[in-house]
Amino acid sequence: MRRILVGIKRVIDFNVRVRVRPDGSGVVTEGVKMSANPFDSIALEEAIRLRERGEADEVLAVSIGPTEAQQQLRDALAMGADRAILVKADAGLEPPAVARTLLKLVERESPRLVLLGKQAIDDDSNQTGQMLAALWDRPQATFASKIEIQGEVARVTREVDAGLETIEVDLPAVCTADLRLNEPRYIKLPDIMKAKKKPLDVVELASLGVDPAPRLKVVKLEAPPQRQKGVIVRDAAELVAALKQKGLV
Amino acid sequence: MNRVLVVAEHADGRLNAAVAKCVACARTIPDSEITVAVLAKDGGEVAAAAAALEGVARVLLVANPSNEPALAAVLAPQVAKLAEGHAFVLGPSTTFGKDLMPRVAALLDAPQVSDVMAFESATRLRRPMYAANAIATVELPAGRSVVATVRVASFQAVPAGGKAPVEPVTLDVELPASTRFVSVTAARGDRPDLQTAARVVSGGRALGSAENFKLIQGLADKLGAAIGASRAAVDAGYAPNELQVGQTGKIIAPELYVAVGISGAIQHLTGIKDARTIVAINKDPEAPIFEVADYGLVGDLFSLLPEIEKLL
Repeated sequence: MRRILVGIKRVIDFNVRVRVRPDGSGVVTEGVKMSANPFDSIALEEAIRLRERGEADEVLAVSIGPTEAQQQLRDALAMGADRAILVKADAGLEPPAVARTLLKLVERESPRLVLLGKQAIDDDSNQTGQMLAALWDRPQATFASKIEIQGEVARVTREVDAGLETIEVDLPAVCTADLRLNEPRYIKLPDIMKAKKKPLDVVELASLGVDPAPRLKVVKLEAPPQRQKGVIVRDAAELVAALKQKGLV
Repeated sequence: MNRVLVVAEHADGRLNAAVAKCVACARTIPDSEITVAVLAKDGGEVAAAAAALEGVARVLLVANPSNEPALAAVLAPQVAKLAEGHAFVLGPSTTFGKDLMPRVAALLDAPQVSDVMAFESATRLRRPMYAANAIATVELPAGRSVVATVRVASFQAVPAGGKAPVEPVTLDVELPASTRFVSVTAARGDRPDLQTAARVVSGGRALGSAENFKLIQGLADKLGAAIGASRAAVDAGYAPNELQVGQTGKIIAPELYVAVGISGAIQHLTGIKDARTIVAINKDPEAPIFEVADYGLVGDLFSLLPEIEKLL
């Protein structure tokens, strides 16, 4: 079975303007829409496309988080994943613990490819895929904008600071999705109905033998300092004069 | 004493400008002793440039043909070996560092803090979360090594002027062959590097086409500026991905940032909020970019750009 394991994290929806609680203990989540991390949706879409191209037999969606994350897994199943596993854990599990949890599932499921988002848009850590690859002792291809599988090798184009880099990795490997890998499909109503029949297993983090204890402590959160609104200049001449006066041009 | 290892990014025999900012970050850790690790094919010039950075105590040079072009899977076990005995292992928050450092952290069984903005003490630092809509103060565990990536826009590069010794190191580490470099496309030419340029001119979707996107080149040439782009402009194919400025592109802090035809989505503003002066040119007076711009000019960019160029 050529399996692709995809990670799905439940996060505050991309379109929500995140606000810090006045007491600095976190961000406001009451009544806030939650969704799959957008980069994870891109990873899932790519896995489904690979299966549709005949490069995979099964897409397994995995989430590690609260019971409510079943909703994001149901969405993943509706999008096209074949089955799903929720590892029940408190929110705020750090990337090393997430990577160790994924490793446990990797050992159990023997995927040919693990596809994750390059980062989650809540903690913006950008660590889990690389950590999993290290613990698994397998190659990594981060920030992917194109993935081609040829036999036992994946050729991946990566969005790097210099431009586009292409590397080859032997499978199995970990790949993390960047923005332009694809545009995830919309979920259709009949697919939501069909997804209800697909298997979604729930396991407890403790049953996998992973220590969830955090090593870092977030002491407080603060809203960032706001930039002062400046002035509107009348025309090009006034703009250039202002910049010259400040010694900027 | 806090021993800090800074991993040097480099290409084509040149030290990346982000390294001088990582050293600046390392210097803010109380009682720090800074070592720079250069992993390269031969790396002599890079090591010399690193040794000249003020505040560097020594440079470790690991010369190995496998080290170029840089592949995280190849570099990580070597960096992990070099990291022994260091309290902190720092790398830049560039695609190089973001790719490599978590792999190093996992090999060291160390936690990683991404995008460090400031050390408040040797055990407390600040970092952005939620696309920099929240700034977290993070406490580090005592007595354990910590890996971190440095948000380069938060630090001023240390000057050259030092003269640290360069020590060649041979590592007995098995390197994997399961990851292979194929190619890289880069078309920067002789423009300043976007990540570290003092002036940046960026174009957005309002430019309307790849052809029109070139219109900002004239202004950039006049200013000696690097060129950037909004995500919308990159998605539309007007500009290559490496020019993207914002949350998922490059986070920059130039002296002067000129946003041309960019509306100012929150993800874009995240990438420029540390710029000293922001200029926005947009025909929509309600565009969010004007909320953060020091100077806003409302009007048609196609007539304003040539006017501004003429006045410079």
